[in-house]
Amino acid sequence: MIKDITIGQYFPGKSAVHRLDPRMKLLLTVLYIVMLFIAKGFLGLAVGIIYMLAAFLMSGIPIRMMLKSVKPILPIIVFTGFLNLFFITTGDPLVEWHFIKITTGGLKTMVFMASRIILLIFGTSLLTYTTSPITLTDAIERVMSPLKVIKFPAHEIAMMMTIALRFIPTLIEETDKIMSAQKARGADMESGNVIKRAKALIPILIPLFVSAFRRAEELALAMECRCYHGGEGRTRLKQLKTAPRDYVALAVTVLFIVAVILLNRFLPI
Amino acid sequence: MEKFIEIKDVSFSYINDYDDPPTKNTVLKGVTLDINKGEFVAVLGHNGSGKSTLAKLLNSINLPESGDVFVDGMNTRDEDKLYDIRRTVGMVFQNPDNQIVATVVEEDVAFALENIGVEPSEIRKRVDWALKKVGMYEYREHAPHKLSGGQKQRIAIAGVLAMQPKCIVMDEPTAMLDPIGRREIMQTITELNSEGVTVVLITHYMEEAARAGRVVVMDDGKILLDGAPKKVFSQAELLKSVGLDVPDVTDLTHGLIRAGIDLPDDIISEDECVERLYQLLKKE
Repeated sequence: MIKDITIGQYFPGKSAVHRLDPRMKLLLTVLYIVMLFIAKGFLGLAVGIIYMLAAFLMSGIPIRMMLKSVKPILPIIVFTGFLNLFFITTGDPLVEWHFIKITTGGLKTMVFMASRIILLIFGTSLLTYTTSPITLTDAIERVMSPLKVIKFPAHEIAMMMTIALRFIPTLIEETDKIMSAQKARGADMESGNVIKRAKALIPILIPLFVSAFRRAEELALAMECRCYHGGEGRTRLKQLKTAPRDYVALAVTVLFIVAVILLNRFLPI
Repeated sequence: MEKFIEIKDVSFSYINDYDDPPTKNTVLKGVTLDINKGEFVAVLGHNGSGKSTLAKLLNSINLPESGDVFVDGMNTRDEDKLYDIRRTVGMVFQNPDNQIVATVVEEDVAFALENIGVEPSEIRKRVDWALKKVGMYEYREHAPHKLSGGQKQRIAIAGVLAMQPKCIVMDEPTAMLDPIGRREIMQTITELNSEGVTVVLITHYMEEAARAGRVVVMDDGKILLDGAPKKVFSQAELLKSVGLDVPDVTDLTHGLIRAGIDLPDDIISEDECVERLYQLLKKE
């Protein structure tokens, strides 16, 4: 049961968005974020919404999952919304009551900022929903590999992420076993206040850490036996290839950005 | 027979720096052993006899304190040949979970080849070949953590096999598996050996050792017995004195011999035992 957890939030599928080259998806996400940040008015933001809507409809991700992705960030949206609403005093006043002053400017900024944050979350979620963590890691390694010139450890970071992803299920399973073993010895993990329960975790964490270190040592040995010596001179089984559709997606995205720039220039509402 | 691995008067000790003063634990005391090309050698010994340490000497994980180890003519001390040695002698460990690096079966099998820098198209070919060899081709796109222990261990073997090593050293590969997994692994090992791969199997299961072509028994850092399984297991008393068992069948026949029944003392397989007893009963 606990073995079947999904790592990350990948939603498997075969849509056009899923099949895009992961490096291109990374680039497109960055471009999309740029698009949202250069938009000065609601029309510019509307372009972002259209772009998002199109990508979302193509991906076949259920709407429920997209909405779920915004949930953890909701408090931030509400908080910034309130700040904008009460502290921006440009435009015509709408409500004035004691020290509270709400203006059209404040209301406008609130809606604008909230939509921008939500769109940002949608964009990055779409990336993680349509790209498996391992593919994403691979893409990050390749996108960052030019930085190796300045000694940026692109390969090492990717390797660490891969190993972490590989061992999450193994360690979860192990935690499960240790918990059962400690419960069988009479450990009580469900009652008492927060501090008591936190303390009850110690007999679980210590064996877990010991075992994780032992695993790490054995894994390192097994990797050495298979000639691992860092990223130098390494080839890959799976080659990432950009297909025409990747360039089409890039062209479309650039067009959208141009649209936003033009709207900023000529219709900045 | 062509010598493939030569271990020449090798000693090895672990130094424990945490003790004050540092203590030295000598685990191998002047071991000399030759392994021929294509042999299937089982190394037996109880815990602490030095059998795992011996295994790690074969691909430069451990370097001998004194003496030399030659693999296919290469000295394991030669740092320039390190990766050649590790490609020649592949190693499989006890816990399959701690040997698998990637989150997809085929990517894990490709790991060693990626490290050596093999061309992607060639990697593809060799990964498919290795997975078919261990009978795991259908699982190539699965996540390793959802497979059984035996299947995971076969993936680990495939990962080593993909390097096309001339020799595979297995350090108790079946110790953490259930009987089914154990059978799968033994089958894979015998198949590989029949195709000319030299196999060194470290084990403490007598039944597994009985299937090898040659059995080496280690005790206290030295080689105690070395020979064909029949010859080694006929020395039941000596084996028992160093904390080892003999296969159940051998134990049975030895008991029968002591009871005055006329049987040879080198029976190691159940079939053979049944056959001999049947002959005996028919005579009467």
